[in-house]
Formats: sequence, C-alpha cells, structure tokens
Amino acid sequence: MSLIDIRRVFTQVEDIYHEGGPRAAQPLRRGAIAAVLTNPYAGRYEADILPMMEALNPVGLDLARRLLAAMDVPVERIQGYGKGAIIGAAGELEHGALWHVPGGYAMRELLGWKGDAAAYAKGISSGGQSGNALAIVPSTKKVGGPGATLDVPLTHINAAYVRSHFDAMEVRVPGAPRPDEMIVILAMSTGARVHARVGGLAADAIAKWDGQR
Amino acid sequence: MTIEVPSYVRKLVVQVDEIRREMGRDVAPPTRRALAMAVITNPYAGRYEENLDALISIGEALGALLGERCVQALGITPAQAQSYGKAAIVGEAGELEHAAAILHPKLGAPLRKAVEKGAALVPSAKKQGGVGTAVDVPLGHKDAAFVRSHFDAIEARVSDAPRANEIVVAVAVTDSGRPLPRIGGLQAHEIVGQDGLR
Repeated sequence: MSLIDIRRVFTQVEDIYHEGGPRAAQPLRRGAIAAVLTNPYAGRYEADILPMMEALNPVGLDLARRLLAAMDVPVERIQGYGKGAIIGAAGELEHGALWHVPGGYAMRELLGWKGDAAAYAKGISSGGQSGNALAIVPSTKKVGGPGATLDVPLTHINAAYVRSHFDAMEVRVPGAPRPDEMIVILAMSTGARVHARVGGLAADAIAKWDGQR
Repeated sequence: MTIEVPSYVRKLVVQVDEIRREMGRDVAPPTRRALAMAVITNPYAGRYEENLDALISIGEALGALLGERCVQALGITPAQAQSYGKAAIVGEAGELEHAAAILHPKLGAPLRKAVEKGAALVPSAKKQGGVGTAVDVPLGHKDAAFVRSHFDAIEARVSDAPRANEIVVAVAVTDSGRPLPRIGGLQAHEIVGQDGLR
C-alpha cells in the first residue's frame, strides 16, 4: 500500500499592490500550495520513518509544478521560496521534518538547481555555482489542530541574506489537519516586500554565489 | 480576457480548495471551490455618509473581477460553475452598511455574467472585524437555491486585513457540491433553473 494518500490540495495566490505606500508598478505575487495527506505514523512511535521521506519526493515535484502553474509566471520570475508542514495532533514534529528534503529539493530543481540530488539528500554541498536556487529553502513546522496557521518563511532563492526578500506568508487550510493527517506546504514569491527599505544585501549585489551572499 | 485591477485594491488573494478523498473514499471528480478576495480602501471610513454610491460602484466592479478570477482559477468555462456565494468584512472604522452597499445592489449581475446564468440568489454574509478576521461565505447552487448537495460554506480570511479603513470583499465559485453528499433533497440534475429556487 502506498504511503501517500492525499485528501485535499489547497492553493493560494496573492497579488500585493501596496501596503499604504506607493502603488507598485508590478505587484508582488506570492503563492502557496498545501497538500493535506494521511500521516502513516500517526498514533504511535515509529523508529524508522525514512520510507515516507522517499515517498514524498514525487509529491514535492507535483506540488512545485502546480504552484508555479497557479502563480502563472515564467519560472525566471520566482525570486523567493519557503516551505513548511503542519502535523495533526496524533503525530509528532519529526514527521513534519520528513518534508525538508523532498519539499526543498523539488522547488530547487524546478527553479533550475543543477546540483547533486544524492549529495543534497545527505546534506553535502556539491560545490561551485550550480545554476539557480542556490540558497537553502527556509522552513518552519509545527503540530496543530484543524485550521492552524503556519507562517511560512520566504527568502531569496540564490542568497539567503538578501534583506529585501525576508518575508513570510501565512498558510492555513480551514478544517485541516485532522489528528491523523499532516499538511505539507511550498511557497514562492516573485520579489521583495512591497515597500522594502531597510537596507542590507540587495538582490542585485549578490556576488559570492554560495547560497548566502 | 482579464479584467484590470482597480487602483483602490491593495491586495488580491485567490484560493482553490480541491478535495480528492474523504473518509478514505475517492471523491470523483474532486470537488473544487475557488475563493477570490480583494482588500480595498473604504472611501467612507471614519464618518457617517448618507449616500453610499461609491461602494455600490465598487461592488459592481468587484463582482466582475472576483467572479472572473474564480472561474480562471478553476480553469473552467463560465457555464461549468455550479455554486456561488459572497461576503464582506468591514474594518473597524467602517459600518456594516458599507458591506451591504458593496454586496447587495450591484455585485450580483456581473458575477452572474462571469458564471453564466445564475438564476438563484447569491447567498451572502457580512461582518465587522479586525485584521485576520474570518468570514464563512455561504455557498448555494447558482441556478436553484434548493439543491441540497450544494449547500456549503467556505472560510475567507486575509491574514493582514482588513485594516481599520479597509474592507475585504470575497466571492466564491465552485464546480461542485459537497464531497460526499447523501442527505437527499433536490438533486442538481433535477432542476428547472428558471425561478431560482428549483
């Protein structure tokens, strides 16, 4: 029996024109996609949960593609990303941690990352500039009841220290997760905060291409 | 054709909620509910105005815009829409009547155009609230209000709105009823679709 049983898919795309300041010529577009699925380890302690991490790989790729399609922009316009998970009450935080690799890898691959997936899975850098999406995908996770909100962090896809792109998007699926479910989430954005003006590393000043600066 | 977003809109949010499985059973085809929300500046915030025409016009524009965005998000033709609903959340410096001005006089006609036909009443809800307030948008079959399988609601909420001088306006459109309807009543395939009721 497959470990993957997706009950519900929730997609949200938003255009932010302004936040009390000058109206943006091109609005900031942010999107998130959330899959509500059965937690195969709910209700008990399971020592070996890695099979689910493997099983989530195609889910990650499918969600990343669906999110990009829903955002309706060319892949080159994606500048920020993040991910997260909400685990229903009969699960544990560690179940949400299963999403780190499949969720992050899926988005990075979609956005043009050319690194070594096997090395990435083991946490080893493949070195050098490996295309786009060099930065770690920021994440957050928690255990929550139906309708719990998660603030999914967003950072620049190539340099984690780009200050204008530090952001977060609140994601919430009304009615989910049930106790034996978990929600896995991907988020992407097309740019900086709409009125970004607190200095720091700018996106056009990325120089090291090490995923950070 | 995509309708231009008016300048009084601060933020536009579009969601699609797709249910594929329920209680271990397949939902085939999956139910899909779209929700489009606009955060707008309330032109009458902070004072009593006798005449609310500006909001009535805004409601007309948003009926077309949000209806179109829902249909686009579902990737359907207007005729494939099955149910709809509308709601508004008025920020603290406004009054409930401001929501009424948006929702009731003129929002319906362009929304019905966006979903084709729409003989039935567009069910609605309204409230006042602070930032992050949720409203449950009622849903009913667009051509026959008594279709029992399509009585539903979808929660609408924008995390950073409405600010005191803002209004959140929500329109929901679906291409389906509830996931596993089985409580009888008038069925969608039995409707006449003329009087808006049956």
